[in-house]
Amino acid sequence: MMQFAVLSGFVLAAFAPLLHRWFGGSTSFVLAAFPAVLALWFLGQVPAIMDGEVLGFALEWVPSLGMSLTFVVDGLSLLFALLITVIGTFVLIYAGGYLKGHPDLVRFHVVILAFMVSMLGLVLADGLVTLFVFWELTSITSYLLIGFSHADLEARKSARQGLFVTFAGGLALMAGLVMLGIAGGSWSLVELNGMGDALREHDLYTPLLICILLGAFTKSAQFPFHFWLPNAMAAPTPVSAYLHSATMVKAGIYLLARLQPSLGGTEMWVGILSVVGALTMFTGAFLAIRHTNIKKLLAYSTVMALGTLTMLLGIGTEGALIAFVTFLLAHSLYKGALFMVAGILDHETGTKDVTAMGGLRPLMPVTALVALVAALSLAGAPPLFGFIAKELMFETILGAEAYRWLVVLLAFAAAFLTIAVAAIVALRPFFGERRPTPRVAHEAPVSMLVGPAVLALLSLLLGLLPVLAGMGLLTAAASAVIGEQVTVTLALWHGINLPLVMSLVSLALGYMVFRRWDQVRARLARLDPLMARGPEAGYEALMDWVAVVSGWQTRILQNGYMRNYIMVTILTLIALVGNSLLLRHAPEIVFRLDVRFHEVVVVGLMVMGALFAAISRSRLGAVVSVGIMGFSIALTFILFSAPDLGITQLLVETLTVILLVLVLFRLPRFASLSTPLERVRDVMVAGSVGVLITLLILTAWGIDQFVPISGYMVENSVPLAHGRNIVNVILVDYRALDTLGEIFVLALAAIGVIAMLKLRAAEKPGKPASQEKESADG
Amino acid sequence: MEPIMAVAIGILYAAAIFLMLRRSIVKLVIGLILLSNAANLLIFTSAGMTRGAPPLIPAGLAAPLGPVADPLPQALVLTAIVIAFGVLAFAVVLIRRAYEIVKADDLDKMKDTDT
Repeated sequence: MMQFAVLSGFVLAAFAPLLHRWFGGSTSFVLAAFPAVLALWFLGQVPAIMDGEVLGFALEWVPSLGMSLTFVVDGLSLLFALLITVIGTFVLIYAGGYLKGHPDLVRFHVVILAFMVSMLGLVLADGLVTLFVFWELTSITSYLLIGFSHADLEARKSARQGLFVTFAGGLALMAGLVMLGIAGGSWSLVELNGMGDALREHDLYTPLLICILLGAFTKSAQFPFHFWLPNAMAAPTPVSAYLHSATMVKAGIYLLARLQPSLGGTEMWVGILSVVGALTMFTGAFLAIRHTNIKKLLAYSTVMALGTLTMLLGIGTEGALIAFVTFLLAHSLYKGALFMVAGILDHETGTKDVTAMGGLRPLMPVTALVALVAALSLAGAPPLFGFIAKELMFETILGAEAYRWLVVLLAFAAAFLTIAVAAIVALRPFFGERRPTPRVAHEAPVSMLVGPAVLALLSLLLGLLPVLAGMGLLTAAASAVIGEQVTVTLALWHGINLPLVMSLVSLALGYMVFRRWDQVRARLARLDPLMARGPEAGYEALMDWVAVVSGWQTRILQNGYMRNYIMVTILTLIALVGNSLLLRHAPEIVFRLDVRFHEVVVVGLMVMGALFAAISRSRLGAVVSVGIMGFSIALTFILFSAPDLGITQLLVETLTVILLVLVLFRLPRFASLSTPLERVRDVMVAGSVGVLITLLILTAWGIDQFVPISGYMVENSVPLAHGRNIVNVILVDYRALDTLGEIFVLALAAIGVIAMLKLRAAEKPGKPASQEKESADG
Repeated sequence: MEPIMAVAIGILYAAAIFLMLRRSIVKLVIGLILLSNAANLLIFTSAGMTRGAPPLIPAGLAAPLGPVADPLPQALVLTAIVIAFGVLAFAVVLIRRAYEIVKADDLDKMKDTDT
């Protein structure tokens, strides 16, 4: 079963510390075999999937709730699974070099493997519940990965921010998925996608779409939730290369693409996705230019790419969806490579600031070449695969129906800003005059070069021979997103048309921005006060507000006064029970009055005992009243056919009175501690509870929801359990485990009593010795 | 009989809650005793009250001759009585011990942990 092959990764993660003991520093390379094997298996499925086949691996989980652990491999899942496993393999190899000798390498391996499996589960799951579980697992594992350097305050803060933003979205997503399951009457994605327009016309469509979009947008860092992604760059670079280029941040995009056949295409979908996508695209590219930290530059350009993908899904035409899968693949390849290059630069020079680097090409020629190829693909320059993706994107948005000019304008601006980013990343560190760096730079080890080199090479190869990608994987993926079989034919040369002109103009503009980058940055710095009021400030304000509110409600509800807690509990009880008793079910009071004199006397004694205990000013009076009440209750039990209860109550009541007399007289006399006003308030609260309970009992007698099960117990007491006292039979036979539990509770209480009476804590220094003596003879 | 019991149980609850809202810790414990008794009676009466038909099976028979009182609430209440006593014993010893250390039976003076 495929599920077990994938989920065995969790087991591997658990055993990673053990592997460390055997393989030491080369554990990363050993562990890389896991995604590599899975990648080979997924590659082997390409031919079958290409023909439009969908591989299902059914496995029941909780059938009564309609939950399954079914995994489905179609074109879209396969594309994502391949990205996750292939890039995962290289990231593990890369981490072996990057984190070499790091004391927490073991922890890194455990978490990154767990993340990898969660991500695979997310893209393969067919059940909505399974999908959600894996979704949240990726949030948790990515939190652990962003906060990997937990001694660093900034890393902790960023990790928490990412967690809060994605979890808030996750809550919305849960609501959305539940509504989706209710609206569609199925919890299987395959079935939901086969429903045609049923979901789009459902009454719940608007709320469920908004909830699902909130989940997807927070996860995939769409505007205005984009701010957590650049902050997440506090993670070690292998994490950024993996989570923040190809996998985790694309989970939201995956979900949208997955639901495109069942939810996509409506006016609302097109409008929200196009506009949010385009805004995100522009925001990402615009904010990128302001930074000199190479990882932040790349992170913001990832935001830009995620916006592009969302926008393409929003446009939703066949061409747009083909552009979507192409751009997705292209971006994962070059961004993974570039992040790894950024890690190499950081690792070898000791700085992340691109303005502090320069002229590194002779020192690290391979890295420079890899960076150049990947950056050309990012810039969308021919003959790289990124160029094909960008051409398709331009072609699509020029044909968009909704918001065409807004989208085109933002896309064009984003494109030339991205080109500037690509130039900054690839040219600035390697060319120009040599600058001194904190560490003397030299070429990175092979383990760190393999990954980016292969990914960059793939960008080049697919650009030169687009038919390789177009024929296989992308056809299958596009068909899955569109919902019907299509053929993708990609070509490097489309003839001279508007997209090509746009590409060339944006290249020129981008190069100009790059040349004048320092001035541009200085100009943009004037906008800093405005930027400080962005969505991140909103997040901070919200967090402060949460702290204030929780502080306030803690002071009100948990102020340390016992009676306050009791009061809050009781008032809640009155409000909830009273509400549903009086307003929702008009009480039908059954009134069967059939009394005898002696019974009334017994019950009257009981009530008087209770009342006198409540108002008594002497301790002895209270204890005696409690005793009277207890013995009257015992009599009541006996009068109404419960001899066992009567006997037990008598015994317990006797012991209670003895206990109270023994202990209470070591305590001070009752003092009048409350004001009359407080007493009036308490009488009113207590009185309401009493009235409520009385009404509740009177109502409850009129309701018979179920046939009592005691008939069975009465009938079988002698034949099965060989006992004539049915109550005893219930205690020791039918509900024997219950009684065993009761015995345990009593034993625990007894141990507690003995411990408190006999055991004394070692005397603390500074305490008077007299206290000890006083307690000992107490 | 049931309406009278309902009123009586209501009064027991009211007395219990009133005691639990006092500041004296002893009154709180007495309130707990009242509360558990009231809850026991609530369960006991909820099955209806039957006179003179205890759930016993005479010797030589396989089943009771006529209808008997419902044995299940009785079994539940029996457990509850004993558990309530266990809790009470623990609580009483606890307050005694607390009084030894804090030297106060006023709950308001016990609200700080660093006495």
